[in-house]
Amino acid sequence: MINKQSNVYTIIYITVMVIIVGAALAFTAMSLKDKQAENADADKMRQILQSVHLTTDRATVVQDYHKYITSTIVVNSLGEQVDGTEAFAINVAQEAKKPFEKRLLPVYICTLPDAGTKYIIPLAGMGLWGPIWGYVSLDSDGTTIYGAFFDHQGETPGLGAEITKPEFTNQFNGKEMFKNGMFLPVTVVKKGQMPQGEMDYVDGISGGTITSKGVGAMLDECLQPYKAYLESLSKQ
Amino acid sequence: MADKVSNRDIFFNPFSKDNPVIVQVLGICSCLAVTAKLEPALVMGISVIAVLAFSNVIISLIRNTIPTNIRIIVQLVVVAALVIIVNQLLLAYAYDVSKQLSVFIGLIITNCILMGRLEAFAMGNKPWPSFLDGVGNGIGYTIILVIVGFFRELLGSGSLMGYKVIPQSWYDAGYADNGLMILPPMALLVVACIIWVHRSYNKELQEK
Repeated sequence: MINKQSNVYTIIYITVMVIIVGAALAFTAMSLKDKQAENADADKMRQILQSVHLTTDRATVVQDYHKYITSTIVVNSLGEQVDGTEAFAINVAQEAKKPFEKRLLPVYICTLPDAGTKYIIPLAGMGLWGPIWGYVSLDSDGTTIYGAFFDHQGETPGLGAEITKPEFTNQFNGKEMFKNGMFLPVTVVKKGQMPQGEMDYVDGISGGTITSKGVGAMLDECLQPYKAYLESLSKQ
Repeated sequence: MADKVSNRDIFFNPFSKDNPVIVQVLGICSCLAVTAKLEPALVMGISVIAVLAFSNVIISLIRNTIPTNIRIIVQLVVVAALVIIVNQLLLAYAYDVSKQLSVFIGLIITNCILMGRLEAFAMGNKPWPSFLDGVGNGIGYTIILVIVGFFRELLGSGSLMGYKVIPQSWYDAGYADNGLMILPPMALLVVACIIWVHRSYNKELQEK
């Protein structure tokens, strides 16, 4: 009979257990990796299409994405096109941490049969509890917002999490980014208040103040570097 | 567990008489976190049932080999491994649900019901009763979560499972959703009300 209270037994036991558990977890992670990455990509495509008011389901999203998103480009803060990087693969949350001039800025160009060309810009920022992200689509003049989509990782359900709802996102439709030649991204303010400055604004969510402010800050932070590119669009 | 308890009792007792949430007052923190809406409460309940049942069985199978001085660590490793596997499976096969639950799946690890059942039951019982005990306690937990989620979503957002149930005419007549219901403290007050009602029906649970 082995002495189960001995130190040797304990050490061997824990070592064997950790190896078995580690192997089991590694096996699960490896065997499900492709499927998870596929899901994550499909979800990203769904979100991009959502920002131009296209609702798709999991079965058709990849097909729809390739149908409507006619091309993607990467620009820098001077508005020049950067070659050699795939826009879809860029991690926007990572880019948003860099200074403007070093950022790679993806643009998804979308052609809608009834509404013409739209430019979709990805966003990433922080809410109250964790990351928030989204996509805004602009008309071909580079100033009018056509649609917006926001999502979050863990904002409070019923409060901050309401940024995903159409009641919030639809407020962005038709807002302008350029005012009298100045580039002023849309901001989010508390219901009933006005922003300091002339920018267009939308009402935040009551009870979700910090998340709402996060959306405003994200719009400013992620759209500012696109200024040069958007100006070049409006001149066309 | 001094007396011999029938499998039937092991399975059904946690529903009411020995409910983990309202009698043993375990798992309160997650009860507070996921019940602002009914749907996440339900999915969380199902995930807890799965993790609790399997970890109970695994611990029960290896109960005679576990060195007593590290038994809590062994239990934790088993639970953590199962929770990660569940999360990975959800990411691969139910992406939308997993996005909705996000961090709460990981937080199953810290749910006291799991450690409680492993320590109090699985360490001293055979696999089949342990499985029944796990499923029973998981269901007991889910019942409370669903009740709390039902009231919080109905009174706080005027909807159930995401569908509006309070007609627009009520709002027009001056009815307003109670924002307080969405905030975490109300989960505790709702649980307290359930305990109150439950104890007044079950006189033997009342403390002298």
